[in-house]
Amino acid sequence: MRRPWLFYSQLAFTLCVCAFLIVPVIMSMMAGVTENYFYGIKSGITLRWIYEVLDIYLDTIYLSLMIAVACLAVTLILGVPTAYVLAKKSGRLARMFEEFLVLPVAIPGLAIALALIITYGGFRDFRSSWGFILVGHVLYTLPFMVRSVLAVLSSIDFKTLEEGAASLGASFWQRFFGVILPNCRSGILAGSLMVVTLSVGEFNLTWMLHTPLTKTLPVGLADSYASMRLEVGSAYTLVFLIMIMPLLAGLQMFGTPKDRKPEAQSDDMTGKTSLKEKNL
Amino acid sequence: MNRHEYRNLVILVLPTAIVCIAFFILPMAKLVMIGGSGERGLVAYLDILTKPRHFESLIATLLLSILVTVTALAVATISGLFLERNRFRGRGLLISMLTFPLAFPGVVIGFMVIMLGGRQGLVSEISKAVTGDKIVFAYSIVGLFVGYMYFSIPRVILTIMAAAEKLDPALEEAARSLGAPQWRVVLDVILPALKPGLIASGAICFATSMGAFGTAFTLATNIDVLPMTIYTEFTLNANIVGAATLSIVLGIITWTALYIARSLSGSNAVAAG
Repeated sequence: MRRPWLFYSQLAFTLCVCAFLIVPVIMSMMAGVTENYFYGIKSGITLRWIYEVLDIYLDTIYLSLMIAVACLAVTLILGVPTAYVLAKKSGRLARMFEEFLVLPVAIPGLAIALALIITYGGFRDFRSSWGFILVGHVLYTLPFMVRSVLAVLSSIDFKTLEEGAASLGASFWQRFFGVILPNCRSGILAGSLMVVTLSVGEFNLTWMLHTPLTKTLPVGLADSYASMRLEVGSAYTLVFLIMIMPLLAGLQMFGTPKDRKPEAQSDDMTGKTSLKEKNL
Repeated sequence: MNRHEYRNLVILVLPTAIVCIAFFILPMAKLVMIGGSGERGLVAYLDILTKPRHFESLIATLLLSILVTVTALAVATISGLFLERNRFRGRGLLISMLTFPLAFPGVVIGFMVIMLGGRQGLVSEISKAVTGDKIVFAYSIVGLFVGYMYFSIPRVILTIMAAAEKLDPALEEAARSLGAPQWRVVLDVILPALKPGLIASGAICFATSMGAFGTAFTLATNIDVLPMTIYTEFTLNANIVGAATLSIVLGIITWTALYIARSLSGSNAVAAG
């Protein structure tokens, strides 16, 4: 009976790993609704801390959502056409451009934030507005949108579709809006979910780029961890988790474009695959 | 392709090119120049090797990242292989839970470490009940290690599972039919076949650990990892040249690691013809 033994020991190991990842999340969720964490859950369940968080940090939640929506709009306008061009052109210039485009994911947010502050920090109005944070978020999330759309484009034979449309007399722009965009739907949806998830959780760039008047949710989180009692930090984390839960569920459902080739599918079983490249 | 179409493609890509140049390439170029603009010019880039505080920080970060990478690879290989090769009830849920932390920002991961190893943490409560002494590890190098493991494991598991799926079962059967015991099959067949995946995910894991700022920031340990050193140089010491050189060096390290990962796993982004 060799195999069951191996199976159960591996299962036990994996469950331990899972516990390591999930137990602190559950503890933090409980702490967020516990009257006094020091005395444990028997001290009573309360929404007091949640209300306190909403009281102190509500504006950070609004700002994060606003930046995420703006970031999504910008990455859609910039990213989708760019992915199309990159799918169409295979020359050296296109590859070099792509390399530069994905660079913000490969280098720490701190470096990009420093570069932005050094270059544009002098423009006071821009520096103190949330547009400054938006610029950082766009740089960081754009590669994810481009890749997501590019993955769909490279898995369908869009050139034949386009030729068909062209032979029927469709102009370039008619083809782009009438044929290419509808066929990229799944990639655009997956990319959008990714962009919003990343933008709402972005800390490294944002911490450097924010001002006291432009605090986002993760900046507020760091602030509460450092200066508030454990229950408040936990309640705030709980609010954050509730906010990203639908996004994650969406990624799980729509993160894998359905019209992908089978071999491309394997890499994307949870739809969260691209998240593994995000900075922390 | 006619000239009209070429012009239209340029129009499509132009806004991105402008944003990329104005807000990324130019600022990064300026950062590189500022790094070399001190009295000593480009020699400042060698400070990371000659200034004890910078050098110590570099070594500490490298060692921590390597240790995290190796441990995460070991843990994730066991779990990833298991999850890919067995089908059982609850497998999907288990995978979902194991990859859930992928969406957490670094600060939240730091907080999870505090939940585990902080003054009111789980380990502190258990150790107090068992031995009477409170064990608090969150604010030491152990806390950093635990935090980095926390964000590394989910990433590596995903890559290992993808790599394990492509394994050819016939090779294993052949090895077994020739009389190889389980451990020889693992050592001589499975691990060599997983090697590209292991190197690729290890490189991603290493790069993320090198650049991780949020977790270290939340834990505020006395061990300065490189991103924290950059941050303190810039904000507390107003040493812009130092911060610039350090972040350029760090950027080169993480980019190189990710480049290795990409060239091994075959970039999915360059698939188009």
